[in-house]
Amino acid sequence: MTMSEQELRLDGNAAAGLLQEVFVHEVTSVRGACARCGAVGEMGAQHLYMTPLSPGAVLRCTSCDSLLIVAVRTGGRLRVGLQGLVWIELPDEGAAS
Amino acid sequence: MSFVSRGFKGRSRDKPRDARVPPGQYVVHDFPVLSAGPTPQPSLDTWTFSIEGEVDETKRWTWAEMRALPSETVTRDIHCVTKWSKLDTTWEGVSVDTLLAGVETAADYVMAFCDGGYTTNLPLEDLTGGKAWIAFAFDGEPLESQHGGPARLLVPHLYFWKSAKWVRGLRLMNEDSPGFWETYGYHMYGDPWLEQRYSGD
Amino acid sequence: MVGTALQRRLIWRTAEVVDLVDETPRVRSLVLAVPGWPGHQAGQHVDVRLTADDGYQTQRSYSIASPQSTDERLTLTIERLDDGEVSPYLARELHAGDQLELRGPIGGYFVWAPALGGPLLLIAGGSGSCPLMAMLRLRQAAGSTVPARLLYSSRSLDEVIYRSELARLVAAGSGLEVMLTLTRAQPPGWTGLHRRIDTEMLQSVAWSPAERPWIFICGPTPLVETAASALVDLGHEPARIKTERFGPTGG
Repeated sequence: MTMSEQELRLDGNAAAGLLQEVFVHEVTSVRGACARCGAVGEMGAQHLYMTPLSPGAVLRCTSCDSLLIVAVRTGGRLRVGLQGLVWIELPDEGAAS
Repeated sequence: MSFVSRGFKGRSRDKPRDARVPPGQYVVHDFPVLSAGPTPQPSLDTWTFSIEGEVDETKRWTWAEMRALPSETVTRDIHCVTKWSKLDTTWEGVSVDTLLAGVETAADYVMAFCDGGYTTNLPLEDLTGGKAWIAFAFDGEPLESQHGGPARLLVPHLYFWKSAKWVRGLRLMNEDSPGFWETYGYHMYGDPWLEQRYSGD
Repeated sequence: MVGTALQRRLIWRTAEVVDLVDETPRVRSLVLAVPGWPGHQAGQHVDVRLTADDGYQTQRSYSIASPQSTDERLTLTIERLDDGEVSPYLARELHAGDQLELRGPIGGYFVWAPALGGPLLLIAGGSGSCPLMAMLRLRQAAGSTVPARLLYSSRSLDEVIYRSELARLVAAGSGLEVMLTLTRAQPPGWTGLHRRIDTEMLQSVAWSPAERPWIFICGPTPLVETAASALVDLGHEPARIKTERFGPTGG
């Protein structure tokens, strides 16, 4: 691993603010499954690129480096790519409590 | 914008003072690094550069073959979509014209592809006529991996995400098709002078 | 549930600096009053947004060092990096009465609460002690006796943040142990650890994997990666190891 890679990579929890804009829910503490390798993990534990140096975030699987979530600010819009996730598990606010 | 942080100046930046700086950009003196994934560390022993897709015959160069081609040293301004511009950057590389010499194609578009899976799309005519290079040196030194080394595409007249880091080849296409950032809403062409940052600009 | 539901949509709030505490020569804590602050969990962070008079904006994330409280206040601890863009402003330029824009609390992954239990293993490098301090302060404030250990790597004793408070927390006798490792300079007579965190050190400090400690690691990337991979090699469950690497802008 080079220093440059170390400096550029963060933990997914550093994208919690941006992801909360997207999902409204706090999602770094929830689990999701990678569409490429099937690994299941909390979003906060995945690898994060681009944030905070750019207006967006690239979340990659810690197991296989493939894309899980890409969220990009594009001038008044926030485009979210989710093709890398088979599923993501949010708290069920509709459940009886 | 009402709130101002008393006494906060922010990073060293100059307001665009002359006609060299596109609208909405500011000039920096460092060289910011942006990356959407791990930094690839390809071995130069197995590195190749390919021109493929809508061509009569795929062409491929090894690192040694690429470096044996005539190269040029060019000084250009570069403009990142995240709003920094850097003036008078000096690069050494092989002109894309040199690589395309003798390639027969009817294609109008190109997808640059890279180690790590990054892609970006460009019109073929923006890569020809002395406008684009496969650059392997910056400021007289071998291009550092964080800036795209061993080799990156250099297309300085477009926003810098088009200058793909860790480039491994050009795929010629009859139809335009979005690359990585273009898929997520960045502009298909990316002219900094027209502020073509996002689709629809 | 009206009134008790967590406010989830993040909004930018205006905070006022009410106090400044010099923790070390390079580290300063900012005590902020944030009207309407909904409270937070230990380990959460805030985004701070700075705006220059020409409209230029930049944003950074900072961990909250204070435990949850009801007084609409929170504390951020800032390490000044001399070539940084933001930290010299926060740690040197700001004074009491200044205002800051922030949003939060943010994050639900790198958090600990007494209900989560323990043992609680905290590993800090430099100012990575900040979110971990929020956990230890919460543990103390809540009267928790969950066994807790902090392994704290610092270049020198002078650079240990919260040093006297850590000593008080240990002396309180609630089951907290603090181990310092001083990697560059040690005071005369220092008998403690004096090397970078390594597997052997972690083996002696961490509980056995069978005791299933919750592990939180925060600091520079090389320290975080070394500690996390060593703990996995020692048999700790990856899912119980939570990491927070420092950001690429460094300040």
